[in-house]
Amino acid sequence: MTEFLQQLINGLAFGSILALIALGYTMVYGILRFINFAHGDVFMLGAFAGFYLAPKIARVLPTPSIGSGLAVLFAAMLICAAIGVVIERFAYRPLRGRPKLTVLITAIGVSLFLEYTGQFVFGAAPKSFPRLIPDYPIAHVGGLSVTSDQIIVLSVTGLLLVALRFIVLKTKIGMAMRALSFNPEAAALMGVNTDIVISFTFALGSALAAAAGILFAINYPAIDPLMGILPGLKAFVAAVLGGIGNLPGAVLGGLIIGVTEAFVSGYISSTYRDAIAFGVLILILLVKPSGLLGKKEVEKV
Amino acid sequence: MTFKHAKLLLLAALLLSLLISLFAGRINSYVLFVLYAIGINIILAVSLNLINGYTGQFSLGHAGFMAVGGYTAAVITNQFGDLNAFAAGALFFGALLAGGLLAAVTGLLVGLPTLRLRGDYLAIVTLGFGEIIRVIFQNMNAVGAARGLSVMHGSTNFFWTFGTAAVTIYVVTALVHSTYGRGFIAVRDDEVAAEAMGINTTKYKVTAFVVGAFFAGMAGGLYAHSIQFLTPSGFNFMQSIAIVVMVILGGMGNTPGVIIAAILLTLLPEGLRWLAGIPSLPGIAKAYPFAWVGNTRMIIYSLLLIGLMLTRPQGLFTWKRRPILPA
Amino acid sequence: MTSPSENPLLQTERVTIRFGGLTAVSGLDLQIGRNELIGLIGPNGAGKTTVFNLITGVYQPTEGTILFDGQSITGCKAYRITARGIARTFQNIRLFSSLTVFDNVRTAFHLHLQGDVRHALWRGRAFWAEEKAIATQVLELLEIFHLEKFRAAPAKSLSYGDQRRLEIVRALAARPRLLLLDEPAAGMNSSEKTDLMRLIQFIKGKFQISVLLVEHDMQVVMGICERIAVLDYGVKIAEGRPDEVRRNPKVIEAYLGEERTHDA
Repeated sequence: MTEFLQQLINGLAFGSILALIALGYTMVYGILRFINFAHGDVFMLGAFAGFYLAPKIARVLPTPSIGSGLAVLFAAMLICAAIGVVIERFAYRPLRGRPKLTVLITAIGVSLFLEYTGQFVFGAAPKSFPRLIPDYPIAHVGGLSVTSDQIIVLSVTGLLLVALRFIVLKTKIGMAMRALSFNPEAAALMGVNTDIVISFTFALGSALAAAAGILFAINYPAIDPLMGILPGLKAFVAAVLGGIGNLPGAVLGGLIIGVTEAFVSGYISSTYRDAIAFGVLILILLVKPSGLLGKKEVEKV
Repeated sequence: MTFKHAKLLLLAALLLSLLISLFAGRINSYVLFVLYAIGINIILAVSLNLINGYTGQFSLGHAGFMAVGGYTAAVITNQFGDLNAFAAGALFFGALLAGGLLAAVTGLLVGLPTLRLRGDYLAIVTLGFGEIIRVIFQNMNAVGAARGLSVMHGSTNFFWTFGTAAVTIYVVTALVHSTYGRGFIAVRDDEVAAEAMGINTTKYKVTAFVVGAFFAGMAGGLYAHSIQFLTPSGFNFMQSIAIVVMVILGGMGNTPGVIIAAILLTLLPEGLRWLAGIPSLPGIAKAYPFAWVGNTRMIIYSLLLIGLMLTRPQGLFTWKRRPILPA
Repeated sequence: MTSPSENPLLQTERVTIRFGGLTAVSGLDLQIGRNELIGLIGPNGAGKTTVFNLITGVYQPTEGTILFDGQSITGCKAYRITARGIARTFQNIRLFSSLTVFDNVRTAFHLHLQGDVRHALWRGRAFWAEEKAIATQVLELLEIFHLEKFRAAPAKSLSYGDQRRLEIVRALAARPRLLLLDEPAAGMNSSEKTDLMRLIQFIKGKFQISVLLVEHDMQVVMGICERIAVLDYGVKIAEGRPDEVRRNPKVIEAYLGEERTHDA
C-alpha cells in the first residue's frame, strides 16, 4: 500500500510539472491551431534562468529561503514570458495564414535553435541547480516519504492553476483568449486585438513552462540544454490526452501521464518509461483523437 | 521531360558505379567515406521525399526505418565469416534486401495507424514511432542495446551505394511520373477531391510509406556496413530532422532539388570540420573542434529551417518546371 | 408529378444523418432516373451539400439506404462509389492546385487503369501504350470544353469560370453515369450562366448521363431541370416539374425571409 501511495505521490509531482507545460501547448493550440514545438525548450530556459539568477538573488535575499525561491521563480517566469513573446513575434507571426506545415517546420527550427545554441552558450554538460528552498524535515508516515520539494511542486502548481483560472475566466483578456479560441474572425470583428491576445497567450504559457522548469530543477537538480525535449514531448501528449485546446484537460492529461509513468516505472520496469508517453499518444489518436475532454472537429466539405 | 529512356539511364548509372567501384582503391579512403555518405543521404532524402514531398504525409521518423534496415542487415552479415568476393557480394545484397523488406513492413505498421491524422498530429506520431523503434533497439540485447553493435564486414562500396541510389531515384521518379503516380500528388493537394476522383487515398499513403521505408532500410544497411558500428542514438530524432531538412531545402516533391540538397548538406559538416582545422580561427573553434562542428551544424540547420520557411518555403531548388507529359 | 421509371439509377430510401444533436437530413426519399436532369434546391443550410456528401460516400447515413443501379452503396467508401459511376464537383472548387490542367483530368483516369504499379515501374510497351491512350482521351475531353490550350498550365492559374469548367471535365473523366454538380453557377454573370446551362444540357446529351444539380440560382434551375426537389431543414418539402414547384406554397414559404434571386 505504501509503495502504491509513494508512486502516486511521485507521479502526481511529476505530473504537475507536465501539466504546467501542457497548459502552454494547449493554450497556443486552442488559439492558433498549431503545435508550438519549441515550448519544451522554454521550460529548459526557465530552469537555466533560475540557475543564473539564483546567485544574483542570493546577494540580496537570504538563501536558501522561501523568499529567495519565490523571487527566482517569478523572475524566471518573467524572463521566459518575454522570450515567448519574442519567439512568437519574429518566428510565428510572419507566417500567420500560411500552410500549417510551414509553421510546424519553423517551430521545429526554433526548438533546435534553442537547444543547440543553449549547448553552445551554456555548455552541454549538466549543471547542478542550487538549492533555493531549504530542505525541510520531510514527512515519514510508515515508510512513505514525501520530500518538501515535492510538496513545493504540488502547492506552487496548485496556486498557479488557481491564478490561471482567474485570469482565463474573470479577466477581459482571458475572455478575449476564449473568444479567439472559438472563432478568430468573429473575435477580431468584436474589437479584440488579436496580436495582443496572442502575445499574451504565449507569455502566459511560457511563464508556466518556466515555473515548471524551476520546479523540475528543484526536484531533479541536474539541468542541461536538452532537458526540455522529453518533458516537452510528454507534456504535448498530455495535452492531446486531455483534449487539445482544453485547459482542464491539459492538467488531467499531465497528471495521468505522470502517475502512469510512476507506476510502470515502479512496478514493471523503468527502461520503457520514456516510451509510455508515445504509446499513450498513439493509442489516444487511434481511439479518441479529440482526447478525454475534447470535442470532435468536423471538416467542412 | 519524357522518361522513355529512364531504364537505359538506370543501366548506365549502374554500370558506371560498378566501373568506378573497381578503381576505388586509387581514391583516398576519407573521400570515399564522404562519397558513401552522400550516396546514403541521397537515398534517404529521395525516399523521404516520396512520403513527405509527393504524398504530403509529413513523417518525422524516417531514421527509424533506417535503423530497422541497418540492424537487420548487420545481424545477417555478422553470422558469416570471410567469404570469397562473389559470395560476399551475394550475401551483402541479400542482407540489404532483407533490411529493406523488414523496414518496409515497419513502414506498413507506421503508415496504417497514421492515415486519419492531419499534418501536425501525423508529424508527432511518426516522431513517436521513430523514437519507439530507437528505444526498442536500445533495449534489445541481441543487437548490443545501448553499447552498440559491431559490424564485421565493411561491404559498402561505390557500386552498392550509388547503384542503390540510382535505383531509388528511378523507382520514385518512375512511380510518380505516371497516371498512377499522379495520385500521390492528388492525395497531397486535396484528399477529399482525390477520393471523389476514385483514388484510394489509404492505399496511396501506405504505398508511399512502404516504398519510402524500404529504401530507407537499404540506406541503413549501407550505413551499417560503412561505419561498421551501430548505436541506437545514431538513429534518433536529430537524424530524422537532418533528412527532413534535405527534403525541405530541396523542395518538397522535387527530386532533383532534393538530390542537390542531400549532396550539399552532406558536405556541410565536412566543410565545417575543415573550417575548424584552419589555424587562424579564434580560440573557441580550436579548443572544442568537435563540439563546434556538432553544435554549429545543428544551429545552422535550425536557422536554415526558420529562414527557409520565412522566405522560401518551396525550397531553394524549385524553379518553374516544364510540365510532365508522356511522349 | 412525373416519376422516373421503376428502375431508377439512384434511389435514396429514408436517408437520415445526424451530427451529434443536429439532424442535417431527415427521411430523404429521392429518385433519379437514367438520363435525367434533376435540381436540388432549398434555402441556405437546408442540407443540399450534405445530400451530395451522403450520395458520394463522404458521410455515412445514420439511417436509411442508398441504392445505385439497384445495388446498395450505403456505407461504401467514397472512392468505391466513384468507381461505380458517380462523380461530383465541389461548392468551393477543389482542384489539385499543384498539378497542371492536363494532369487534373488525368487523375480521374486512374479509375480506368488496366496496368498497375509494376507497369509504371517496368515501363514496357504496355505501359507506354496505355499512357498514350489516356493522353489522347484527356486531350479529347479538354478539346470538347475548349480547355486544351491550357493543358500545360497550372490549374490554379485559370480564370474562375475556367476552373469551374475544369472541375466538371475532371468529373466527367471518371466516366460517371451520374454527375453531381454543387452550385456550378456560383459567382457567374448572366451570360456565363447561359453558357453553363447550355454546357450542362450538352453534357447530358452527349454523354447520356444523369445530372443532379444543387443550385441557388433560379434562372439556371428553372431553365434546365426536368424535375426539382426542394429541401428545407433537411426534409424534402416538395418535388415536381419546375412550374409546379415554383407555384408550391410550401416552397414559397420556405424561401420567405431569404433574399429571392430574381429570374432574368
